[in-house]
Amino acid sequence: MQSRREFVKEMVAGAAVLGAGADLAWGETSAAKKSRVVIVRDAKLRTPGPAPDEKRVAALLDHAMQTCFNAQNPVQPWKQIVRPGQVVGLKLNSLGRMLSPSVALVATICERLQQAGIKAGDIIVWDRGSRELEAAGFKLSNAPGAVRFIGSDTAGYEDAAVRYGSVTTRLAKVLTQCDVVINMPVLKNHNIIGVTMAMKNMYGVIDNPSTMHGSACNPYIADLNMVPQIRQRVRFVVGDMMTAVYEGGPSYRPEYAWNENGLIVGEDQVAIDTTCAGIVERKRAEKGLPTLEQKGTPITYLATAADAQHRLGTNDPARIALIERRIA
Amino acid sequence: MRFKVASIATLLTVVVLAGVGCRKKIVDPFPASGAVAGWEKSGKTQSYDAANLWQYIDGGAEQYIGAGVVGVSTSDYKFQGSLEATVDVYTMKSADGAKTIFDADPPTADSKSVPLGDAGRLYGQSVVFRKGPSLVRITAFDAVPGESDALMALAHGIEGKL
Repeated sequence: MQSRREFVKEMVAGAAVLGAGADLAWGETSAAKKSRVVIVRDAKLRTPGPAPDEKRVAALLDHAMQTCFNAQNPVQPWKQIVRPGQVVGLKLNSLGRMLSPSVALVATICERLQQAGIKAGDIIVWDRGSRELEAAGFKLSNAPGAVRFIGSDTAGYEDAAVRYGSVTTRLAKVLTQCDVVINMPVLKNHNIIGVTMAMKNMYGVIDNPSTMHGSACNPYIADLNMVPQIRQRVRFVVGDMMTAVYEGGPSYRPEYAWNENGLIVGEDQVAIDTTCAGIVERKRAEKGLPTLEQKGTPITYLATAADAQHRLGTNDPARIALIERRIA
Repeated sequence: MRFKVASIATLLTVVVLAGVGCRKKIVDPFPASGAVAGWEKSGKTQSYDAANLWQYIDGGAEQYIGAGVVGVSTSDYKFQGSLEATVDVYTMKSADGAKTIFDADPPTADSKSVPLGDAGRLYGQSVVFRKGPSLVRITAFDAVPGESDALMALAHGIEGKL
């Protein structure tokens, strides 16, 4: 049990982290600063039924966000991420039918964004495919004045290609319409890259992801996240860890799924992915499975993302201020 | 002259048919609604070949491509109107490819081998088996009593059509 003094100390340190670095790109860390990553879990998330309870999901989100931003109310964190008048995109990862961001989670974020001054019509919930969105429980809608739910396959891609390093691609028009993107991945093992979470989710904003899976997606993942149109927009990560898979991913495999019943939030995508890699490795060890490296799927893209050329964040656990909380 | 043209046409037809016959065809192994007691085919069959498999299992496609996948057909089912499941039938170039995919999945504490095709494994909410070049995965999305028996019945129904 954490003492109040420890808690306050953590909060002060975290506030310093979030308030610093005005000369750095969003998510980029200076050598002296730690990246704050917050995980909140709720052991009673699935009461009374087998599915996450909507109210508890909302409470989970608010707890995570307030902890991350040392905020006194649930709306304050969002006011630090977005400004009224901006178009905000929630980039989901709804590829797996059972491994998609919870509908209740998305609904709560849409509500908080509106409370923070964003118009409903300026919120776009999207992913690569309309079919996947629908399968995940989202009703497609492009009605003016309301939150839009749309797939890139419907909205289309920009005509002009963008390039960075190994990456040449066309971006989803939804992405370029947004001023700010909230990255909403789901924690999954991945049979090529070991673990997929925040950075890999950007494969869903381009038209040619299948060409970027060679060499364990390295350096593609890091290069893709360096594309200015992506890097400038992705401001924050709200990762869904309510259900996750430790083997057989990225598809949903019930035999390898477990209920982590948590969320992970933060602005440093590399730090979040590094933390998530540790969670998957621990679960694999608990199940008696070899490490990802022993399995032949070492996670190589994290080091590339953190290297001097990319500086997308930190993969050094010593530079990650990990705060874990439990509700109930 | 007419005989010569007819012979050439026949020869071309044989060559074309032989070519088609050499290709691995993506079969339709999906039992119709009611063909397996309690199971209803609740979705249309969708098919993907190796080139667009990523649209179905992005990130997961490479494992199958490496094992020589020809294509996959998939359809949703419902058992007694409630339990939902997805059936994926992968057609590989050879039985070795199906074995490669099957063997890549480690058993879990509650899984067991079952007599399906050349090899089968039943998990709590899913069943996987291979038969010749086919690799079948049935995934249920809820845990309900009697689920294993229901999944096995559907698996046998599919096995019989392969």
